Amino acid sequence: MDFVCNFPFISIILSLFSGPLCSVLSGKWAKRINTVVIIMIGILSVFVLAYVGRTGEAFVYRMGHFPAPWGNEIRVGILEAFMACFFCVVMLLCMAAGGREREVQIHENKQNLYYVMVNLLLCSLLALIYTNDLFTAYVFVEINTISACGLIMIRQNGRTIEAATRYMIMSLLGSGLLLLGICFLYDLTGHLLMSNLKEQVHILVETGQYHIPLMVSVGLMSVGLAMKSALYPFHAWLPDAYGYSTLSSAAILSSLVSKGYIFLLIKIFYRVVGFEILTENKVANVLFVFGIVGMIMGSLNAIQEEHITRMIAYSSVAQIGYIYMGIGLATQEGMVASIYHVVSHAATKSLLFVAASGLAAASGGGTRYRDLVGSGYRNKLAGIAFTVGSLSMVGMPMFSGFISKLFFAQAAIGHTHKMLPTFIALAISTVLNAAYFMKMVICIYSPRYGRDEYAIQNLNLVPSKDIEEKRDIVSDKDVVLKEDSISKKVDMQQKNDMDKKVDTAKNVALLCFIILNFVLGLNSEPMIRLIQKGLSMFG
Amino acid sequence: MSRKVSEEEYQRTFSYKFSRWLEGDEIFPCDDTVDSKQEGIRKENVRRDEKLLRRRKEREKKNLVKRVYDLEHNTEIRIFRKIYRIFSVLFCVFLVAMLLTAVSALPDFGNAENPVNNEVAARYIEKGLQETGAVNIVTGMILDYRAFDTLGESHVLFIATCTVLILLRNDKRNEERSDRIHEPKNDVILQTVARILVPPVFIFGIYVILAGHLGPGGGFSGGAVIGAGLILYLNAFGFKKTEKFFTAKTYRRISFCALACYSIAKSYSFYTGANHIESVIPLGKPGAILSSGLILLLNICVGTVVAGTMYTFYVMFRKGDY
Repeated sequence: MDFVCNFPFISIILSLFSGPLCSVLSGKWAKRINTVVIIMIGILSVFVLAYVGRTGEAFVYRMGHFPAPWGNEIRVGILEAFMACFFCVVMLLCMAAGGREREVQIHENKQNLYYVMVNLLLCSLLALIYTNDLFTAYVFVEINTISACGLIMIRQNGRTIEAATRYMIMSLLGSGLLLLGICFLYDLTGHLLMSNLKEQVHILVETGQYHIPLMVSVGLMSVGLAMKSALYPFHAWLPDAYGYSTLSSAAILSSLVSKGYIFLLIKIFYRVVGFEILTENKVANVLFVFGIVGMIMGSLNAIQEEHITRMIAYSSVAQIGYIYMGIGLATQEGMVASIYHVVSHAATKSLLFVAASGLAAASGGGTRYRDLVGSGYRNKLAGIAFTVGSLSMVGMPMFSGFISKLFFAQAAIGHTHKMLPTFIALAISTVLNAAYFMKMVICIYSPRYGRDEYAIQNLNLVPSKDIEEKRDIVSDKDVVLKEDSISKKVDMQQKNDMDKKVDTAKNVALLCFIILNFVLGLNSEPMIRLIQKGLSMFG
Repeated sequence: MSRKVSEEEYQRTFSYKFSRWLEGDEIFPCDDTVDSKQEGIRKENVRRDEKLLRRRKEREKKNLVKRVYDLEHNTEIRIFRKIYRIFSVLFCVFLVAMLLTAVSALPDFGNAENPVNNEVAARYIEKGLQETGAVNIVTGMILDYRAFDTLGESHVLFIATCTVLILLRNDKRNEERSDRIHEPKNDVILQTVARILVPPVFIFGIYVILAGHLGPGGGFSGGAVIGAGLILYLNAFGFKKTEKFFTAKTYRRISFCALACYSIAKSYSFYTGANHIESVIPLGKPGAILSSGLILLLNICVGTVVAGTMYTFYVMFRKGDY
């Protein structure tokens, strides 16, 4: 066995090890360790990707001295390696972009705990991607859930606590259903390893034994994972969780956490259940219907929203709907389109969150529409980034969102029952997406009228001379007030200085995100080929 | 639903007096170290303040709910609340019916022909002792055959503690909110019992951990026993004494060491196993205390993490500034 084959295992252990390590370090060192670990795992994953691409077949890595059905093992194909690599890139960018917010919003004593959460989250994502064993998947689903909950509530205000509670309830319900499904499946087949499970399930289907429990178990697993990834009727936790948590948490949660579950679901469909059961079982149709409802309802909710972060969060509900619509088609093309959309959405949604925070910071911290008017001129890069992200979400050619919509439409062609609903839903959802994203883009690029003075005073962007004059008139009476306002001004000065400093890390991250988006949008061919090859390696 | 009783009426009942006595508000007749009259007045004042505060909090809570959900104008939530009950009942009935149908169609319990009794279980039972060196097959299974799952599981405990720390640790060193103002309690009965009980509890916990590969027991159960002993000690003697040997820092260092030890030990065995290298760790003679390769070490690690986790949970949930 080549040495490269050890890399997936090393990356899992590395992130697992760095979690507890961060808990004994100070916040500063924990941050460094976290960055180094993410970069290292990214590099290792690139090597694995190159290796798997060269050999052209998946390899199995035995965790311990005992072969598969007795011991644990992980399985690495080209899609798994690519996902690991991609998740590392997105996570690194999200963490870099949210550094300044974290320092302000998270209490000093808890800084290091944040990195504990992030490291273990990365570990659980890697394990979910690589695992070849359903029970291992469940164990790491638990880690994923708890760490995501920690990421939500580490910025402590009432909203995040409530959001974390909701998240916990929905997510635990999902975990419970998943566990129940796994238990049923184990009882029917006597295996937990995916390859053996598939053989046994195949036999069961042919002999017609235990038909009902098998169908129920597939249903339970799909619904459990769909709940955890916020498919439409189970999305109630999502807007608050994404809208009020700190920037890097929101970006990571929206782009990575839910995607890990979706990837696991696709893996279960391919490696355990197989398509023949999926088409016979009506669960794919259920996912399809809820996906379509989610696409439309998510967009409608987003239109009603006033806060930019919550609007983006609701748009996530719609995008998750797209992904489940693709899965619900239950064809190879539908899966390819879904996976492409997983990638494209992960890249775009984190871009939008980072850009939105940049715009809000340039508007004195306000996140409502009326605060953000004209903010595209105040923070130009964030404005451009937000526009790119919006166009991609709406589905303009050249951007990644267009390609995924194109593939969804292509996948639906020729499908007997689902072609028409897919087309109609795509059309409606595109119009709705355009309605709120373009509204926002127009809003950030429209100059302020009338309310200028009030707004600018709020922002403290007025030349200081102006304020000084005004103050002189008042201040003779009340010296204390003046001193007070001077100290306030100094505070504001510091805050402005800080805002200026923010730009480097966040701007680099934004640039990288924009480039990533263009790369995905303009070079979709190799990506699609990679996904198709990866899916064929699943089988 | 119970009937709501007015405050005065309630104060006349026996249960009110009993609960007051239980909370220690009523002065103990034999307690002559404090000036009971003044203390009584002071406590009365404190209680009144608390009542006012509680009322204000309740009012604020009500307003908060109103403001957050905007009940008057939010038709969505109004409709939702109406249909919620019907749907929840329907959903539960559906789920129960579906699961019952599925369970009734599962293989019969305990039947030898069941799919679960396949080559996987057979090898665990037949070769477990020989391959892992552990007399307790379950321990051999979770810490050797499927050690990767258990590695994840112990990190679940660790990360759960971290999340509770995030949620409940006092940021501002707020004396009022901390539970320590009630200390020292100096409860003679509790202290005497604890003095007698705590050492055997610790020793038993250590025994359960160390003998995990020989008989029933292991890191998870033994760690829980030790954690319970720590909690008893804390309740009897207070934070000041406990913190002489166990603080948040100690916990984090110990659990880091234990988890790191686990990760490194298992990485070695995963690495050698996957690359078909012979492991240098001897399995030893089955039944001896120093046997079954890494299992003893892993049990100790898991036990440490579990004990620390239990103790930390307890401290955080009783608002002990930790």
